[in-house]
Amino acid sequence: MTVISSTKNLEALSLILVAEFDAAVERVWQIWEDPRQLERWWGPPTYPATFDGFDFQPGGKAAYYMTGPDGTKARGWWRFTAVQAPNQLEFDEGFADEDGDPVEDAGTAHATVTLEDLGGRARMTIMSTFESEEQMEEMVKMGMEEGMKEAAGQIDALLAEHSHA
Amino acid sequence: MSEAEVDRLFQAFSDATRRDIVRRVTVGEYSVSGLAALYAMSFAAVQKHVAVLVRASLVTKEKRGREQIVRGNHEGLDKARRLLDEYEAIWRQRAERIADILAEG
Repeated sequence: MTVISSTKNLEALSLILVAEFDAAVERVWQIWEDPRQLERWWGPPTYPATFDGFDFQPGGKAAYYMTGPDGTKARGWWRFTAVQAPNQLEFDEGFADEDGDPVEDAGTAHATVTLEDLGGRARMTIMSTFESEEQMEEMVKMGMEEGMKEAAGQIDALLAEHSHA
Repeated sequence: MSEAEVDRLFQAFSDATRRDIVRRVTVGEYSVSGLAALYAMSFAAVQKHVAVLVRASLVTKEKRGREQIVRGNHEGLDKARRLLDEYEAIWRQRAERIADILAEG
């Protein structure tokens, strides 16, 4: 099982998720460090992310957009606040307008990624805290879309399986 | 949940005192004056916070004699929990995709 545990704090609007992978810590670090690998998993297949800016160092910024099935683009930004290969990564994140500029009143969220070596395996702990409520609303809106698309994909797979049986 | 409902919910949660009130009244009921005694602010200020929480459907307030009793509104809290659940689902899906990429070697 990939995800080991998750802890949600309703009052603080935060999520802590712990996952373990059959890979070295250095390998897992690459999926964050390399934007081409990052964009393979940040968005689901139906809502892929494209990073068009990626300055992976403290103070550096990343810019990305997610493309919906109808071609609409939702833009976001990250600002790295800590980059300590291969164990610790922290960044602020928020939504951006069409020009990639942060939408100030949308607020920011903060993410902390910790990678630990479990003797050849890697434990990844994500802590995500929403500083502003609008931020979480937007994140979740996108998430709901993802969730529905994923569910639809699963139903398709089930139907395909059924028709073969 | 309508756009306006979501806005009210998030506005309600954006303040530390309001979050603390929600935490407390979810466990047991409090009178507004009982809550006011807990914070270094006026009764009127606490009453305003409670009003914001009532509008966001996170708590209910009812008169009992000369007291105003505040309780957690579980239906409203469930909505907030659902939003967080959805966000958790995003991360679970991401973790699965990461595992798939790592499995490629």
